[in-house]
Amino acid sequence: MEKGQWAYDLHIHSALSPCADNEMTPNNIINMAQLKGLDIIAVTDHNSAQNLPAVFKVGKGKEILIIPGIEVTTKEEVHLLCYFPSLDLVLDFDKKIKSHLPPIPNKKSIFGDQIILNEKDEITGEVEYLLINALDLSIDEIYKEVEKREGVIVPAHVDRKSFSMISNLGFIPPHLLINTLEISKNCNKNDINLPKEYQFIQSSDAHYLGDILERKFFIGLKKLNIENVLHYLRNYYC
Amino acid sequence: MKVKDLFEMSEFNLVTPGVEGEQEITGGYSGDLLSWVMSHAQKGNLWITVQTHGNIIAIASLLELSCIIVPENITIEEDTIEKAMNENIPILQSNLNSFEIANLLYERGII
Repeated sequence: MEKGQWAYDLHIHSALSPCADNEMTPNNIINMAQLKGLDIIAVTDHNSAQNLPAVFKVGKGKEILIIPGIEVTTKEEVHLLCYFPSLDLVLDFDKKIKSHLPPIPNKKSIFGDQIILNEKDEITGEVEYLLINALDLSIDEIYKEVEKREGVIVPAHVDRKSFSMISNLGFIPPHLLINTLEISKNCNKNDINLPKEYQFIQSSDAHYLGDILERKFFIGLKKLNIENVLHYLRNYYC
Repeated sequence: MKVKDLFEMSEFNLVTPGVEGEQEITGGYSGDLLSWVMSHAQKGNLWITVQTHGNIIAIASLLELSCIIVPENITIEEDTIEKAMNENIPILQSNLNSFEIANLLYERGII
C-alpha cells in the first residue's frame, strides 16, 4: 500500500464485551467496517482478547488492517487501550491479566452476555467472570506488561467524566511513555487542557454495528502495516 | 428504617419521583470505585457515591442496594435517573459531601 491517509476506527467492542450487542460478531464487524470504507480497525474488548483469533481469521485476505488490541480497566478504574504488534502478543497479555480479573460472576440480565465466537460467528463459549470489572493491576503495572510485549498504551476517552485517566487521576502520569490520548468521537481536542502536547485519536467505542465509524478520522502513514500504526501511536513529533 | 423516611429530610432531594422507597436500610456504604463497591457493599445498604453514570444502577440492582445518595449537588445524568426509576431504586441528591452525609446519617440514628 502506498503512502497516504488511512481511515481508522481503533475502538470497537465485540459481543464478548457484556455491554456490546450480540450482533457484534467477527463477520459483522469486518463486513460493516468494509462497508464503511475503513482501512484500519481494532476490536478492543474489555479485559479480554478472546474474540480476536476469530476476527483475525475472518479478516485474513481482506483489504482491512486489524490491530490487535484490548481495553483494560485498571485498579484505578481507568480504561486503557492497549495495542500490540501481533495476535500472539495480545493473547499472551490476555493470559497474563486473566488471573487479575476478580472472580465476580457476570449477571447476564444486568450486564449482558460475554460470548466467545469462532470465524463462522458460532458461539464456542462464554466468559464467566464480569469483564467490565477492574483488574487488580495498577496503571503502572499494566504499562510494564504492555511494554514487555512491545505494545503501546493509549488512555481511552480521556474527555469522559468516568473511567478516564483525567477524570480518575486528574493527570497523565508523566513518567510513563504516553504520547497519544483517545477522545470521544464528538469531542473537540481544543477543549482538552493539558500541560503537555499530546496527539489525539478518535474512535467510535462502538457497541452496536451502526456505531462503527465512517471514514471520518485518518492516520498518515507511509506504508499500511501494524508496526507503523503502533509507531504512530507511540510517538508524537510536535 | 425505610428509605422513604429520608425523603422528608431537608438535606436530601429526591431525584427519582414516584419511587416509593419501601426498601429497608441495612447500613451504609461510601465508595466511588465500582469494582470495590461490587465486592464489599451489602444488600440493603445506602450507597453514597460521586459516580452518576448509568452503571451505578447496574451495581445497585446487582447488590440490591436500598438507595443511592449523590453528594455535593452533582448533576445526575437523565439516563441514570430513567434507569433508576425503571429499577425502582431511589436516588437522593444532597449539597453535603460524602463525609458529611455519613456523619449526618449516624447522628440521626439512621445507620
